[in-house]
Amino acid sequence: MATWTAENVEKGAKQSKVVADGLYRTQIVQYAGASGDFNPLHTDEVFTTKIAGYPSVFAHGMLTMGLTGTLLTDALGNGTLRTFGVRFRSQVWPGDTLTATATVTDVTRSEDGTLVSVDVETVNQKGEVVVSGTATAAL
Amino acid sequence: MAAEKFTVETSLIRLFAQALGDTNPVYYEETAAGTDAGGVIAPPTFIQASAHWDPDYPLRWQPDKPWNGSGPTEGTRVERTGGGTGLHAEQHYEYHRPLRPGDVLTATTQPGKSWTREGRRGGTMQFRESVTEWRDEAGELVLTTRSVGVTTGKVVTSEGGDK
Repeated sequence: MATWTAENVEKGAKQSKVVADGLYRTQIVQYAGASGDFNPLHTDEVFTTKIAGYPSVFAHGMLTMGLTGTLLTDALGNGTLRTFGVRFRSQVWPGDTLTATATVTDVTRSEDGTLVSVDVETVNQKGEVVVSGTATAAL
Repeated sequence: MAAEKFTVETSLIRLFAQALGDTNPVYYEETAAGTDAGGVIAPPTFIQASAHWDPDYPLRWQPDKPWNGSGPTEGTRVERTGGGTGLHAEQHYEYHRPLRPGDVLTATTQPGKSWTREGRRGGTMQFRESVTEWRDEAGELVLTTRSVGVTTGKVVTSEGGDK
């Protein structure tokens, strides 16, 4: 059940969730398989280190966005989102622990329902922002 | 995303939710009926999986097409993946209704704005936007996606993309 409902949600409310606890390469591969994005930068350590010049494979930005989205559906319910948008700010590497936080910035109640706006930000274990953005939901 | 047609299915929703480690019962057909949605719906970023339905999707190995990953060699540097690389800068969704199994969606993609910026770590960065409208079989708009890609002049190192 969603944490925030039309009745209880208030501006300034905040909710956090650890959305990755020491990210495994295998989860990156699972996301590749599910999303269809098999870019070698995410799936092929040999290519990524020896040819592309990165320290290791790294997560799809869309994996991080998807993980961040699990906080939004936990907090706001299923099928309530009206918009969700992020910027990818830093790369996410195997082993990273990610914490997503949603903060309610506006609540508009009307006869048509309750429209909630949130800021969303996901940080790694060093406190670096990996994605940041906004979402709205109709409760 | 350029899939001309994308059929939303429970199995792919399951795989997608599992890849996100999401145990929300709404994504699994054996438990979805008891949720607020009353049945399976797709996760917020699920439309990405339409890549499976794009016959020309460049980030999937296919027989008889060149692939730049390792195997016979350590791989090949190409514009779209390795150093001097295309990366995802922004992703935005506008939801008009939830996606459900059985939806058959068609996409229309249009280029959006493009701009350049000097980055601190990545050299000159070229940004390109594309906007895709997804419609159901009744022609109703169900989802609008806006993606911004960036091509950097050099490899963006471990502290990530320039702000």
